[in-house]
Amino acid sequence: MTISAIGITKRFGEFVALDDVTLEVAGGELTALLGPSGSGKSTLLRVIAGLEHADAGEVIISGEDATGRPARDRGVGFVFQHYAAFKHLTVRDNVAFGLSIRHRPKAEIARRVDELLHLVQLGGLAERYPSQLSGGQRQRMALARALAVEPKVLLLDEPFGALDARVRKELRGWLRRLHEEMHVTTVFVTHDQEEAMEVADRIVIMNEGRIEQIGPPRELYETPGNEFVMSFLGPVNKLGDVLVRPHDVELLLEPNGVSTEALIDRITYLGFEVRVELELPNGRKLWAQTTRESAAPLEPGRTVHVRPRATRTFDGDGAETRPAGDSPWWDRRVTMEVHHS
Amino acid sequence: MARPAPSQVLRRRKVRRSTWLGVGLVTLYLSVIVLIPLAAVAWHAAELGPAAIWRVVSSPDTRAALQLSLFSSLAVAAINAVVGTIIAWVLVRDTFPGKTIVNALIDLPFALPTIVAGLTLLALYGPKGALGVNLAYTRAAVMLALLFVTLPFVVRSVQPVLMELEKDVEEAASSLGAHGPTVFRRVVLPSLLPAIVSGAGLSFARAIGEFGSVVLISGNIPFKTQIAPVRIFALIESGDSAGAAALAVVLLLISFSVLLLLAFVQRWGRKGDE
Amino acid sequence: MSSGRTEPVAPGARGSRASRYGLRSVALVYLALILVLPVGMVFFRTFENGLQPVLQALSDPETLHALYLTVLIAAIAVPLNTVFGVFCALLMVRRTFPGKAFLSGLIDVPFAVSPVVVGLSLILVYGRTGWLGGWLAENGIRVIFALPSMVLATIFVSLPFVVREVVPVLQEIGVEQDQAAHTLGATPWQTFWRITLPAIRGGVTYGVILTTARALGEFGAVSIVSGKIAGQTSTLTVHVEERFQQFDLVGAYTSSLVLAVIALVIVLAMTVLKPKEAGS
Repeated sequence: MTISAIGITKRFGEFVALDDVTLEVAGGELTALLGPSGSGKSTLLRVIAGLEHADAGEVIISGEDATGRPARDRGVGFVFQHYAAFKHLTVRDNVAFGLSIRHRPKAEIARRVDELLHLVQLGGLAERYPSQLSGGQRQRMALARALAVEPKVLLLDEPFGALDARVRKELRGWLRRLHEEMHVTTVFVTHDQEEAMEVADRIVIMNEGRIEQIGPPRELYETPGNEFVMSFLGPVNKLGDVLVRPHDVELLLEPNGVSTEALIDRITYLGFEVRVELELPNGRKLWAQTTRESAAPLEPGRTVHVRPRATRTFDGDGAETRPAGDSPWWDRRVTMEVHHS
Repeated sequence: MARPAPSQVLRRRKVRRSTWLGVGLVTLYLSVIVLIPLAAVAWHAAELGPAAIWRVVSSPDTRAALQLSLFSSLAVAAINAVVGTIIAWVLVRDTFPGKTIVNALIDLPFALPTIVAGLTLLALYGPKGALGVNLAYTRAAVMLALLFVTLPFVVRSVQPVLMELEKDVEEAASSLGAHGPTVFRRVVLPSLLPAIVSGAGLSFARAIGEFGSVVLISGNIPFKTQIAPVRIFALIESGDSAGAAALAVVLLLISFSVLLLLAFVQRWGRKGDE
Repeated sequence: MSSGRTEPVAPGARGSRASRYGLRSVALVYLALILVLPVGMVFFRTFENGLQPVLQALSDPETLHALYLTVLIAAIAVPLNTVFGVFCALLMVRRTFPGKAFLSGLIDVPFAVSPVVVGLSLILVYGRTGWLGGWLAENGIRVIFALPSMVLATIFVSLPFVVREVVPVLQEIGVEQDQAAHTLGATPWQTFWRITLPAIRGGVTYGVILTTARALGEFGAVSIVSGKIAGQTSTLTVHVEERFQQFDLVGAYTSSLVLAVIALVIVLAMTVLKPKEAGS
């Protein structure tokens, strides 16, 4: 049950939503399409589902060319951000919809629906209407509805985007477990890097209608292919063209040869994590992420010695890692930006 | 998330072939039912030429009918603007027993056939009427009939706006020291004005074309109680369909321009929301 | 805001007691004089001379035929305008095409046309000297002074209602439910019957009620094209006028009463089914 989207281009008038995008998804994989608003990730998902038609390119779902086929013949399950619940039908009839239009026997439908409702933990709410459910319950119903027709692939468009933070966290773990049980090829769209890292086997990072990089979460985080990927996956200090993650900024009480002095501006306690904002002798600012323990001796106004454990610079497409101390890492160019997550 | 706003998507998309088919079917239906018949009216009037149309319209009895229609419709629109707003206000802000029924009854003139409306008014305000006033065959009767059939317009257009116009706004204004009439004039009235104008405009457009409710109670006396639609009817009956078409075109032009004006008023009202 | 809860509401906010009663009286007296008393008077006048004349008028063959014709015309016009209305609303909300605003304006045209002009326009197309008059006469087809023109007039005057009621409902529900149905394997036809139509049924029902009210009650346009042939082309509204002109007041009042009762039922249905205000 693989998905191939090959050379997909989609324009909305002048706006290029997808620019010659090619994506392969292996069977049974849980893939996240991650990117900012307008990056084309939802459009790509909708093109795969047949809800949008690409201007160029083809879509192949488990070996069959689906490019010209309508959504109903593609064997995809689709979950919408705002649930798209059938408001005039009960939870049971919502889930049964796909089976009932295929004229399956009543007994079979009833059995399958019960099974699915149990799976999504809505067993007791079968006779309710969507308006009587919470957001999280509605989304679980929508998922059961999509799974009822045994889709070849499951596509989720910002499935947790409309839910509050707590429910979102809960549903993430739940989606992960569900995927481990069912092993249906799944692609979900999100703009939340934490969500993508937590749930997906593989992340596809998109920006301005193109794919920036594809890989497992850890690989992307540790060896980002370019500046966009690095800064999208986590907070970054940018000093000239040198990028360093705040947790790679080591704070020393004594100099050690390659370190440089910095003045502590401000310390913010966020529970386990502590943020230390610093100013370098050349006036540039950066921040370090450290633990409560290491931050204990620090206080604003004090001078510390800063040493990056790892930095990156990107020239064009390639990335190279600069070991600390190669040259004054903190003083390469004049521009300066501090990125917070 | 990654999509542009739907309206943007729609505006730029190519028109699908099935859409053209649909537009074709809708246009066909509209043409057969509405456009071709109205074109026939315009055609017959145009055949006469502007000079002849003017002669028809400015003939004394037709001119009198047109004048009566214009003035009584204007008066009806004005009365509705005031009384309709009061009724809407009472229905939204006041509470009294039977309010639900009163609210429902407002729609009755929309549901009641106009000829029945005319007969009901004649039953009360005609000869042997229970109130002892006989308005039959007077201009007051014409006004009464027009007021009856146009009653819902202002009420129904002001009511939702008034409901949305939070009491907060008024309370905030009065907590700043404004008093009843001032609050109404400075805060409430400006927000209601587009709805009032729109309701009054619809009343006018309806009144200028009204026929059924007036026909029994007015007596259709030329120069006295004959309104323009009844005049058209008389011209049709006497076989002067060209004259009827000429006057019909004048009526159509008047009501179309009023409705066009209303479209602008509505746009102006929406701008106030933003 | 902080003072809002503790301080009494300023008198200006609610209107003083006197001005409240004043406004209420103006509203209620006006409604009584214009609406309630006249309509009530018809009930009174109808039964003034007892039940017998009313029953007699009701069982009069001409009255019954008029009632039959009224229902028949509505039974043709309402379904046609309903199908057209839903189709047209779907087209206007869900499809893009040039001239949409213009089409939307055209749909409202019947609201701006006097019933008399509607009647005249049909005569000018289908009448003896009308555009199609000669051809129709040669082929022996009667439109004017017969059922077809009365149906056409009724469709004309009641055309916009369903479109106008369904468009906002369609705009509010959006397309996601339909798209979900597509991904679940539903054909466009299945989606329409099982998802779209149930979702807009409130708007459709309301539009149908308004259309029906207008169709049953149309007088001016129908009376002009009908030729008012008693017992043949008289609808109930035309019958009211005809009875009145014949000085048969009981007959006129009785038919009026039938129409008024229908109107009251329609008003009741409108109240029960009225689309809820935005935000609910």
